[in-house]
Amino acid sequence: MSDSAAALTWRQYRLERKMFWRNPSAAFFNFLLPLLFLSLFGAIFSGNQSDLDVIVPGIAGMAVMSTTFTALAMNMVFLREQGVLKRLRGTPLPSGAYLGGLAANAVTNTVTQITIILIAGAAVFGVGMPEDWLQLVVFTAVGVVCFASLGVALAHVIPNFDSAPAYTNAIFLPMIFISGVFYDADHVPTFLRDIAEILPLTHLIDGLSAAMVTGASFSSELSDLLVVAAWGVFGIFFAIRGFSWEARRD
Amino acid sequence: MIAPMDSAAPAILVRDLVKSYGPVQAVRGIDFEVERGEVFGLLGPNGAGKTTTVEVLEGYRARTSGIVSVLGYDPGGRPRAMRERVGIVLQASGTYRHATVQELVTHWAGFYPAPRDVDEVIDLAGLRESADVRARRLSGGQARRLDFALALVGDPELIFLDEPTTGFDPAARRAAWETIRALADLGKTVLITTHYLDEAQALCDRVAIIKGGRILAIGAPSELGVDAATRYRVSWRDDDGSMVSRETDDPTALLHQLTSAALARGVGVKDLSVTRPSLEDVYLELTAEPTVPVEEGTR
Repeated sequence: MSDSAAALTWRQYRLERKMFWRNPSAAFFNFLLPLLFLSLFGAIFSGNQSDLDVIVPGIAGMAVMSTTFTALAMNMVFLREQGVLKRLRGTPLPSGAYLGGLAANAVTNTVTQITIILIAGAAVFGVGMPEDWLQLVVFTAVGVVCFASLGVALAHVIPNFDSAPAYTNAIFLPMIFISGVFYDADHVPTFLRDIAEILPLTHLIDGLSAAMVTGASFSSELSDLLVVAAWGVFGIFFAIRGFSWEARRD
Repeated sequence: MIAPMDSAAPAILVRDLVKSYGPVQAVRGIDFEVERGEVFGLLGPNGAGKTTTVEVLEGYRARTSGIVSVLGYDPGGRPRAMRERVGIVLQASGTYRHATVQELVTHWAGFYPAPRDVDEVIDLAGLRESADVRARRLSGGQARRLDFALALVGDPELIFLDEPTTGFDPAARRAAWETIRALADLGKTVLITTHYLDEAQALCDRVAIIKGGRILAIGAPSELGVDAATRYRVSWRDDDGSMVSRETDDPTALLHQLTSAALARGVGVKDLSVTRPSLEDVYLELTAEPTVPVEEGTR
């Protein structure tokens, strides 16, 4: 008999990892980007610990979003356009095993980047090791589910691969600027802050900041967690609802 | 096992299949059966409803109405047991660009309960020399062979081939035909769509000619006049000024005869042409028969 769903998911995950490393420029960029941002802002804010305390969890939040939301939206559109999804759909591979392998691949990149940021933050930027590991894991996990499902949901809206970078960047870039990745979100004009308060990234960064730097208690960050989770529910609903295995014919 | 397969039952059964996209009826009530071990062709021009029909059978599209059975399963629910026994070559589909042929065939083999030997499949598809080549570096013909290999590695009983040789040069077509004949020799059931008359004639035990979402005729290629339609027609103007035309399977000999006689007499062959009837000509001939029901009102 064929392998169990878990074994097929694992197999699919291993193939995805292998393919990730086969494209060295993409792999290199993936790990270089957070380090590049850290070193640039580290140089700019050098010696100013309060700014460094903002930038390190900010870039961790950005890493969660880029490895899941941006990567999956681009990936799903590419696979759909290329007909890979349609071909796999005709095989006995269960959909869950396939999508599970794909998602696990993205999460591996998230974990790797967060690890890089934690180590660099402690070793170079004086942020120290996380205050609350559990809180870090919980916020990262909920953030990953939220942004991964939003990325898949966005893929349904993107008509073709040529336009995928435009769609993803149109959301990713403004979101990282207003959500306090590079500076304290409290210093942003009110109307932008109001928008940022509705979006999930601000709350993810608040949670990561509490876990990594301030050590604010879990209960005080509960509302942040709930906002991120609510976006996750929204994302999952539209990710499943709009899912298409085939390129649009037009 | 779910839905045990009666070996006497046809591999594919289609009864009054209708598929609409909004107000457009792509398939307008067709019937056919494909016996086990048969190579069956859906022959028709682009937009005839061939791909829609095949994609209903493959489980990609939900039918609007009618009865469809594939190896005893209803493809509408895409049962996994059906997908384990069916191989699909789509008109166009990509794969992991950075994986090698060997890696892809091996990975695909893992989807199936009783796959064929990976090396055997690579040989059967004619990909031995390209086994370590990454998919993105394959030529068009090699990529098509990879499509075959991925469809065959699960050792399916039934194989769908949607326009398997469209865009091929003659040598690549011949190679693909050899692979398809090898499948038939293995006892596989094959459903192939094509708009090439010679392909239908070379490969198919039976053919359904489909146009405008309806089947115009079903039968062996010879019964349908498909083979007559693949003959060459050589025409020229005779010395007395009248047009002469002759039909032949091999125009080379006739042309040699004609041109050498003309050269010997020191004259040219006027208005010489070598043509083959188009699919349209065959349809015209078929539709000219009063056997096709006249469309009455709306369905």
